[in-house]
Amino acid sequence: MTKPKALFEYLIRHADDTLILGQRLSEWCGHGPILEEDIALTNIALDLIGQATELYEYAAQVENKGRTADDLAFLRLEREYKNVLLVEQKNGDFGKTIVRQFLFDNFQLLNYTQLLNSSDAQVAAIAEKSLKEVKYHLKHSSEWVIRLGDGTEESHQRIQESVDDLMRFVEELFFQNEVNELLQEDKLIGDCEEFKQQFHQNVNNVLTEATLTIPDIKYHQKGGRKGIHSEHMGFLLAEMQYMQRTYPGMQW
Amino acid sequence: MTSEISVEQVWNYLKDVKDPEVPVLTVVDLGIIRNVELNGTECLVTITPTYTGCPAMRVIENDIIERLSKEGLRTEVKTTLSPAWTTDWITQDGRDKLEGYGIAPPQDEVDKSVLFAEPTVVPCPLCKSKNTRLVSQFGSTACKAHYQCNDCKEPFDYFKCLK
Ligand SMILES: [Zn+2]
Repeated sequence: MTKPKALFEYLIRHADDTLILGQRLSEWCGHGPILEEDIALTNIALDLIGQATELYEYAAQVENKGRTADDLAFLRLEREYKNVLLVEQKNGDFGKTIVRQFLFDNFQLLNYTQLLNSSDAQVAAIAEKSLKEVKYHLKHSSEWVIRLGDGTEESHQRIQESVDDLMRFVEELFFQNEVNELLQEDKLIGDCEEFKQQFHQNVNNVLTEATLTIPDIKYHQKGGRKGIHSEHMGFLLAEMQYMQRTYPGMQW
Repeated sequence: MTSEISVEQVWNYLKDVKDPEVPVLTVVDLGIIRNVELNGTECLVTITPTYTGCPAMRVIENDIIERLSKEGLRTEVKTTLSPAWTTDWITQDGRDKLEGYGIAPPQDEVDKSVLFAEPTVVPCPLCKSKNTRLVSQFGSTACKAHYQCNDCKEPFDYFKCLK
């Protein structure tokens, strides 16, 4: 594998993470439990799709085959999407959406912080810009984890179920293979093992504050980084790609 | 063209371009114009986004091109991400205009730990009371949070601090 190919793959992974989670969150538009949260979730969706745009644009430039950011976002097949399984999981109730967001925000915070030191100026710039947004997202999701976990009996029980369900997807956030090794040689990216312990500590601190139990995960579910997705992904793509598949090249 | 246009003049023309979502602010007040380069009637304006997904950026880009075309300039707008925009770049003039418009301007605050920090004290833009409460960290646009005044009961937008 060449280095531009590795960089393209790396950018696509993270662009897909943000796009797919942005798509999921935008499903809340008009359905939030209260107006403020309807607005919050769609604001976060907007930030994530904005980050995806930056990452896809740079990926398109690195690939240099004439594909645009829109082509990458809307005209690939399911197997070509490399997002982690966590982000494609269905919204469930508000608490489940919050837990999914909380886990992803924690990863993004540490990953973007590490990428600030990237030897690639554009990667560092995207990280710098995105990090400012992620800090807000994490504050929001953490506060809700605590409010629901340390809330009523029902909110506690329901968010605990979501934690128990979603923790098996966490390990995949730290997926690394030869793509990462190649890019680490030139310090384009760092080794995410370096902040894995910090991640778990940060997550556990909030879960403990929220009076929630940290589940002991025996089996980690993975596949997204290799293009093997859960059954939810096809439905998500069908909706997201509908317009471009039906009216190719459509703009407004 | 009758006479040469200077870079300073271009900056002045840009003061006519408003933020479509906060129309009281110009793009110059907002601090998103990073650079202006002139080469005869060709102009290159470099801007930086406030938020990555801000839908206003495309509109702003077109408005800049349109405004400068009135002066006979052919403009290209380039976007740069680094250094990343912060609310520190909003001019004092811009802050005053925001407050007059009913949006509380960003309050300077040190970047404390992200979590569990007390919400910033934001004075009410209407009655100036400091007895206000955060309703939601997210408001009507990406750049705003939602507050309410406990004294005069006015609900208001806060142009949140981004550093
Ligand atoms: Zn007031």
